[in-house]
Amino acid sequence: MAIAPPLQAGMLAQYSRKRLISFAIPGMILLYLTYTFFAFDVPGLAQRARLDNAAILLADTFSHKIHVTRDNRRGGIEVSIEGSRRMVFAPDQRPDWVQIDGEDALVELRAGHSVSFDGPRVTYHHPQVGPITVIVGDTITTEAPGGTLPEFVNASESRVTITTAAGRLTVTRSRTETLRYFAGWELFFFDLQSPFWGRSWTEIAGLVTTGERLDPERSNLSLMVSSIWTNGIWQHNAVVWAIGETILMAFLGTFGAALIALPLAFLAAGNFAPSRLVRFAMRRLFDFVRGVDALIFTIILSRAFGPGPMTGALAILVTDTGSFGKMFSEVLENVDDKQIEGIRSTGANSVQRYRFGVIPQVMPVLLSQVLYLFESNTRSATVIGAIVGGGIGLLLTQAIQTTSDWEKVSYYIVLIVVMVIAMDAVSGWLRRRLIKGE
Amino acid sequence: MTSTPQSTGLTRSLRDDYLELTRRRRLYSGLLLVVFGIAMAAGFRVAESRNAGGFLDGLPQIGDFPATMIAEAWDKAANLPGHIVDALPALVETVNIAAVSTLLGVIVGTMLSLGATRGLAAWPRLIGVFRRSSDILRAIPEIVVALMLIFVLGAGPVPAVIAIALHTAGAMGKLFSEVNENVDLKPVEGLASVGARWGQRMWLGVFPQVAPNYFSYALLRFEINIRASAILGFVGAGGIGYELKNAMTFGQGKLDEAAAIFLVLFATIVLVDQLSSLVRNRLTHGA
Repeated sequence: MAIAPPLQAGMLAQYSRKRLISFAIPGMILLYLTYTFFAFDVPGLAQRARLDNAAILLADTFSHKIHVTRDNRRGGIEVSIEGSRRMVFAPDQRPDWVQIDGEDALVELRAGHSVSFDGPRVTYHHPQVGPITVIVGDTITTEAPGGTLPEFVNASESRVTITTAAGRLTVTRSRTETLRYFAGWELFFFDLQSPFWGRSWTEIAGLVTTGERLDPERSNLSLMVSSIWTNGIWQHNAVVWAIGETILMAFLGTFGAALIALPLAFLAAGNFAPSRLVRFAMRRLFDFVRGVDALIFTIILSRAFGPGPMTGALAILVTDTGSFGKMFSEVLENVDDKQIEGIRSTGANSVQRYRFGVIPQVMPVLLSQVLYLFESNTRSATVIGAIVGGGIGLLLTQAIQTTSDWEKVSYYIVLIVVMVIAMDAVSGWLRRRLIKGE
Repeated sequence: MTSTPQSTGLTRSLRDDYLELTRRRRLYSGLLLVVFGIAMAAGFRVAESRNAGGFLDGLPQIGDFPATMIAEAWDKAANLPGHIVDALPALVETVNIAAVSTLLGVIVGTMLSLGATRGLAAWPRLIGVFRRSSDILRAIPEIVVALMLIFVLGAGPVPAVIAIALHTAGAMGKLFSEVNENVDLKPVEGLASVGARWGQRMWLGVFPQVAPNYFSYALLRFEINIRASAILGFVGAGGIGYELKNAMTFGQGKLDEAAAIFLVLFATIVLVDQLSSLVRNRLTHGA
């Protein structure tokens, strides 16, 4: 069956236009991405990228290292976790693979490797290569069997580094340091000061249930809990507080904003506003507040109130008042007038009309919007916390800025993700219960 | 409704039941309100006690900083246009960060959403995997990814793009899959019956149906991402936020620059906001 020629021509023209569009849009996107590729200097990124940083970050997230350090100027050998002054083993706490005798030490690494300190003379015993000797004097001299240094030794007159899969030895004029890697996060439950440190879980379970009191003043269970709570390295109490602060910021900000926005939204809704002027003014106010943005409010408010969770809560509150005002007034404009008429016909005054005619209609929608924003504000509170200095956001930025506590960074990230997913679940559960009814 | 002598036992018991129900409901919502009120008040006290400055002390000072800034900007009003022009490259960078990350996020989010929708997924067994991955992407705040990438890649726009794009992908994955749930499957089945591959079924059968919704969500996200990229700039990811931070740390003497940046940022957000709501309205209500 032949199609009428004009119709056919029209169809063909339409097709070719559509075809043009469907090629032009991806083409334009590609063009734009190419432009930004160079605008953001992605090719130069390869040189700027610090892959060694990435390796440190990755290794630290699931392992820790124990340092055996000799001070080459003053003498004295110390064993510590991550080389931190806060995590130095007391002489009786030292792990059994380190033997220290005055200025001499023997450090056993994995796979038959070992390092012996003999005053300023350090020997790395490699099972395949043999002993590599480093002597610290005015300059550092390195000797290896056969006279040539293997490629895993990086030696100069001021610094020698021997890196193998078993561990690492670094020698400078000021210090000699051997590192051995271990899986997992160190001292997560008990720090070195805790009486529970170094005990196995079965031993601890025994102590808690039937064991002799370690501290005659209190039960072992309460001692254990307080030991974990006051852990000096991971600071579980501070972290729990920080998470609480973050959720608190989101809670106060979101619900405070909703409470303020509700009456204002009536003034901005076409069918409730006392006059067009008021409505116009309210709308522009909401637009203004939304436009100023959380970042700017955060800066202004932290100047007035100083750092802390209240500042963060107020920043969220002010920003969200704008969003809620706009959202609520749109909901109010779609209210069904029949119910209000019905209430009015019983002789209700205006407050009663709002209470019984309007609120029951809009409440489910408003509540669901508030709960949605509550969930997303938990995330915003993390970011705002990083700027105003409160909550888990602050801890996270601090841990990242020290660039050594990567295990804490990964811990905080896990906590943040769990927190956000939990808030998502809670807000979803509340939405289902409060809005769809039981 | 007053009871009349004729009211039967049935209506009376109905009425009693109803009144009893209302009373109980009022009690519950009243209790809920009280608990909520206490939580707000107590929460506020805790937040205030852990804050550096108190609420009432700070309240009169809210206007101080904007006032100093406006005063300084007013004194040097002649410099303002120059500062605004100076801020434009950074602004373009911020908008570019938002646009690129929205584009990338939408592309990845589309893939995630197609993989997570029953009836459309290429591998129906992996639906759960796709859903969980978009949940997790959504849950990671941008700042976390951005700060870690700044450590590895150095300060600049790329960490911000990746961070925002990942979050956008998760958010879009969820929103798009909700759109996909409502797709009419008949065109898809028709295409399948003539032997179309999975890609062709999606491209010709699904996208024409969902494109307006996708586009509207993407625009809304672009708005959000401009704000996010400004904030990430403040923690070192380039763009206008970074310039703002620099101007702010100098404090007095550079506040006119900060005022210019405030103005530019405000204007951009309002402009994009208005444009996108215009376009979205046309999409939903028809041209």
